[in-house]
Amino acid sequence: MKLNELTAHELIEKLSKREVTSLQIIDSIRDRIKSVDPKVKAYVRVSGSKFLDSSVVTRQPSSFLMGLPISIKDNICTEGYNTECCSNILQGFKPPYNAFVIKRLIDAGAEILSIKNNMDEFAFGSSTENSCFGPSRNPWDLERVVGGSSGGCAAAVAADEAIAALGSDTGGSIRQPASFCGVVGIKPTYGRVSRFGLIAFASSLDQIGPITKDVADCALVLKLIAGFDSADSTSVNIPVPDYSRSLVNDVKGIRIGFPREYFVEGIDKQVKEITLEAIEQLKVLGAHIQEISLPHTEYAVPVYYIVATAEASSNLARFDGIQYGLRSSAEQDSPDNRLISMYKATRGAGFGQEAKRRIILGTYALSYGYYEAYYLRAQKVRTLIKQDFDEAFKAVDCIITPTSPSVAFKIGEKIQDPLKMYLSDIYTISANLAGIPAISIPCGFTRNNLPVGLQILGKAFGEEMLFRVAYTYEQNTEWHLRKPKL
Amino acid sequence: MAIDKNTVKYVAHLARIRLTDKELSVLSSQLEDIVTFIDKLKELDVTKVKPTSHILPVNNVFRKDKPIKSLNVKEALGNAPAQRDGFFTAPKVLE
Repeated sequence: MKLNELTAHELIEKLSKREVTSLQIIDSIRDRIKSVDPKVKAYVRVSGSKFLDSSVVTRQPSSFLMGLPISIKDNICTEGYNTECCSNILQGFKPPYNAFVIKRLIDAGAEILSIKNNMDEFAFGSSTENSCFGPSRNPWDLERVVGGSSGGCAAAVAADEAIAALGSDTGGSIRQPASFCGVVGIKPTYGRVSRFGLIAFASSLDQIGPITKDVADCALVLKLIAGFDSADSTSVNIPVPDYSRSLVNDVKGIRIGFPREYFVEGIDKQVKEITLEAIEQLKVLGAHIQEISLPHTEYAVPVYYIVATAEASSNLARFDGIQYGLRSSAEQDSPDNRLISMYKATRGAGFGQEAKRRIILGTYALSYGYYEAYYLRAQKVRTLIKQDFDEAFKAVDCIITPTSPSVAFKIGEKIQDPLKMYLSDIYTISANLAGIPAISIPCGFTRNNLPVGLQILGKAFGEEMLFRVAYTYEQNTEWHLRKPKL
Repeated sequence: MAIDKNTVKYVAHLARIRLTDKELSVLSSQLEDIVTFIDKLKELDVTKVKPTSHILPVNNVFRKDKPIKSLNVKEALGNAPAQRDGFFTAPKVLE
């Protein structure tokens, strides 16, 4: 096997035995990017990047990661490396500082790749089609989407163009692309990982998390990036467990719930069958499976598209043509003053269609006369959704669902119909609204050889339970070992 | 609640986004669909439910009032599309 095909934990072992060097690993990643990325487009700003022609390793060989390369979504600040959220409005933006998670990885000895992973602009989307650089293509079928918004991360890991990646998840943006690409991704509990240096989409929902080739790597990377940060006022000061201890091949006696509301209308037949088989397998392995109810499930998508767009409209007010990125000229014949005219011209030219749609929807929901009818009501229903989970977790230790109601859809299939696209997040959104952790792992393939993801949701700060159940399932199956042919 | 072109035009003004006529008509019909879908929330009686603005109990976070290292002027202006004498520049508002 080539080095780029290995997992982080396998490579760390080889590095510590001095069987390989960090430079050799990075070279293998570079060769792979050169050969398959023109097809997959998991990375952006590749042409013209120095990364493709020179190898420089700056990290301490004695550190924990020993120069292991990690790739990063384009919305996480990397000092001196372009971070543009795949938006024209942030063209050329080079952050003057590193995000907390990047500092943590560098301190642990990671080599941060200078080219970044493709994404939906500002993380607005479920397919990575809303990138100003164009869509990534699914390594399992190049005519299909990679999911989104962390689609470039998932595609890079699936295509062995990255060992591991960091993405972000506001309504499923780590889990859904992980599921579409056949890899592992976790959205940690809200507050578990600092958001400092993550360019904000919806501040009460956003979390950074790893996308990896297996569960062990996911636990390894989360351990490195989790923990308290005084620079994020929503960071929680609870000790970070050693997640590697949760990698136990045993689910005997664990109570797993499956919500009946998730297996009704709108779900692809094969996805349903494959998920039910996975649940059956966990039962055979000794877990207690029981049906549960999350009665407010059908309200999660409408709540999300009020709360998330309202917060986004406020967060994206900072892109005004003054501090960074693009600036357009004020229009001569505008009825507004020159400053406002410049704002409008800049934002009109810099934001893509989905960004405009969400900012306008969010502004509408917050505007005078509609605040109570939409925003306040959505926040109240959010309470009901959270209570559903509180109630469910009295009876079960974790909840299992499909990650997405479908497998990767065709590029272009949903892009003209935003509502249809929004509904593809139906199983992932609730975890963000309730603030709880959720992981997606591969659990099978359809007859067309497209990966299906299994989602496991747990109690707040209960990542250990997710890793244990995910690891057990993975150790007893071989889905995670399949590789796409490219 | 109908979202017509005038509503979208007004909200786009509040959001400081210039829209072309084509964008205006596409957006009004799409937003109309989305808002109709969101109106589903009105089915629920939420009179006795408290809103959740944040999933964690959020408290004020204080720190000691001590200077810490921060960006210098050059770094802070490093990404500005226009600057002069150590300041961001913006179009003139008052004549």
